[in-house]
Amino acid sequence: MDLTVLLVKGIIILVIFGITLLIATYSTYAERKVAAFLQDRLGPNRAGPWGLLQPIADAGKMFFKEDFIPSQASKWLFILGPCLAMLTALMSSAVIPFGDSIRFDNYSIPVQGIEINIGVLYIFGVVSLGVYGIMVGGWASNNKFSLLGAIRAASQNISYEIALGLSMIAILMMTGSLSVRAIVDQQASFFEWNIFTQPLGFVIFLTCAFAECNRTPFDLPECETELVGGYHTEYSSMKLGFYLFAEYINMFVSSAFVSALYFGGFHYPFMNEVGSALERSMGAITGHNIATAIGFVVFFGKIFFFIFFFMWVRWTLPRFRYDQLMNLGWKTLIPLSILNVVITGAGLLYNFKYATWAIVIVMVLMVIVSGARAPKREAIPQQV
Amino acid sequence: MTEFLSFFKTLTPTGYLFLFLTVLTLFSAIGVVTARNPIYSVLALIATFFCLSGHYVLLNAQFLAAVNIIVYAGAIMVLFLFTIMFLNLRKEDEESKTNLTKMASVVVGGLLMIMLITIFRAKSAQVPTVSATSFSAKTGLVENLGQLLYSDYILPFELASVLFLVAMVGAVMLGKREAGDRHF
Repeated sequence: MDLTVLLVKGIIILVIFGITLLIATYSTYAERKVAAFLQDRLGPNRAGPWGLLQPIADAGKMFFKEDFIPSQASKWLFILGPCLAMLTALMSSAVIPFGDSIRFDNYSIPVQGIEINIGVLYIFGVVSLGVYGIMVGGWASNNKFSLLGAIRAASQNISYEIALGLSMIAILMMTGSLSVRAIVDQQASFFEWNIFTQPLGFVIFLTCAFAECNRTPFDLPECETELVGGYHTEYSSMKLGFYLFAEYINMFVSSAFVSALYFGGFHYPFMNEVGSALERSMGAITGHNIATAIGFVVFFGKIFFFIFFFMWVRWTLPRFRYDQLMNLGWKTLIPLSILNVVITGAGLLYNFKYATWAIVIVMVLMVIVSGARAPKREAIPQQV
Repeated sequence: MTEFLSFFKTLTPTGYLFLFLTVLTLFSAIGVVTARNPIYSVLALIATFFCLSGHYVLLNAQFLAAVNIIVYAGAIMVLFLFTIMFLNLRKEDEESKTNLTKMASVVVGGLLMIMLITIFRAKSAQVPTVSATSFSAKTGLVENLGQLLYSDYILPFELASVLFLVAMVGAVMLGKREAGDRHF
C-alpha cells in the first residue's frame, strides 16, 4: 500500500473517530432539547447561544467531581468497567461505510475505516462484548443494586442478541455477503432498500438495537425506581461520564448500522443521475468526490433521523416490566425472526424479494380481526 | 545466545506478532487456573479467547476469529460470568481442596500433558511446511469455508446441528415447570 493511501486512510479513520465523539457529545444536548420539546419546556439555554456549550459545561463538571472508589470495591475492575464500555462502543464504527470513495490521481479510497469481508460479524461481535463493561463495573462496585443492574444487562443483551442476529441473517441471505459495503451496494435503487424488502426484519432489528443500547423502553439495567442507579450507582466523576457517553456512542453506531443495513446507507434516489451530471459538469475526479460528499451528508441525515427516533421513543414510551421484556424477546421476536428467515428463503428460491410482506399482511389482518371481534366496551357514564 | 538473537532477526512482523500473541495467550491461560477469585479467572479466560482469535486472524481465518469472539467471548463467557456473579464465590471453598483432590488433579493433568506431547511429536501429526505453489491466502475466508462445510463435511455439520437441537430440547425439558412444582 502506498504512503499517500495510508495517509488518507489514517485521516479518514481519525475523522470518523472525531465525528463519532462530536456526535455523541451533541447527542446529550439534543436529548435534553428533545426532552424539553416533548415536555413543553425550554431545555438548556444558558451556556452559550441556545445552550450550545452545555455539553462542554457538563464535561467540565464531570471532570472536576470527586473520583470516588468504594473501599470494598475491586479497584482495578472498577476502573476497567467504564474503559471497556468506552472501548467497545468506539470499536464498532470501524467497518461502517460512510461514503462511496474518494478519488485523486489514480487512487480510489473508500470512505470507511476498514473493509473486511466479515464486517457484519465484526459489528455483531463487538456489540456482544459491550455488555462486559456493564457487568464488570456492576460487579466490581460491591453493591447489590449494581450487581442486579449488571445481571439484568447481561440477560437482556443475551436474549435480544439472538433475535438481532436472526433478523440480520435474513439480510445476509438477500445479499449473499457479510461485508457491510456489499450490503449497502446491493441497495442501490430505491425500491431495493432493505426496508422495503425486509419490513418485519427492520422492526425486529430496531427493537433489538434499542435493547442492546439499554435505551428506554429497555433501560432496565439502570431502572431508577427499582435499582437506585442500576449498574452505575457507585460511579462518579468521569467514570460515570464514560458510561453515559458510551451509551450515546452506541446510539450513534446503531443508528449508522440501521441506516446502512435497511436504508441504503449513502444511497439516495436518483443518485446515479446526480453523480453523472456532476461528473459531466466538473470533470470525473472532482465530480465523483462531490457526489461522494453528498452521499456522506445523506447518510448522516439518516443517522440523525434515527438518533432523533431513539430520543423520541425514550421520552414517549414507559419502561417495560421485566417479565414483559423477556416475553417480548423470547416468545415474540425470536419466533417471528425465525419465520422471517424461512419466508425470505422461500421467496429467494423463486427470485421474489418482497416475500416477507406476506407476514406483515397476515399480522395486520390478525390485528384487525381481533380488534373487530373484541367485545365493544360501552362507555359508562360517570355516577354523580 | 547469538543463535537466539539471529532467530529474532530473521522473523517477519507476522512472526513477532505471533510470538507476542503466544506469550499473551499463555499468560492469560495460566491466569485462568491460578486466579483465586473465579471472576478474575473468567476474565482471564475471555482474554485467552481474544488471543486465540488473534491467532486465527494471523492464519487469515477471519470468519473463525469473529465467530470465536461472538460465540465464546460474547455469549458463553457472559453466561459464565452471570452464573458466577449469582453464586457469589467470594469466600474460599476449602472443602474441595483436600490433599487427595490435589494429588488426583496432578496425576490427571500430568497424564494429559504426556498424551498431548506424544501426539504432537508423532510423525503423522507434524505440521507440513508451506509450499509457495499450493498456498492460497483465501483458504480461511467465509466463501471457501462455506463451500467446504456444505460439500465435503455436510454429514458432520448436519449431525452437529442435530446435537444442538437435542441439547436445546433437553434444556427446555430441564427448565420446564411441571404442574405440581415449587414456584420460586
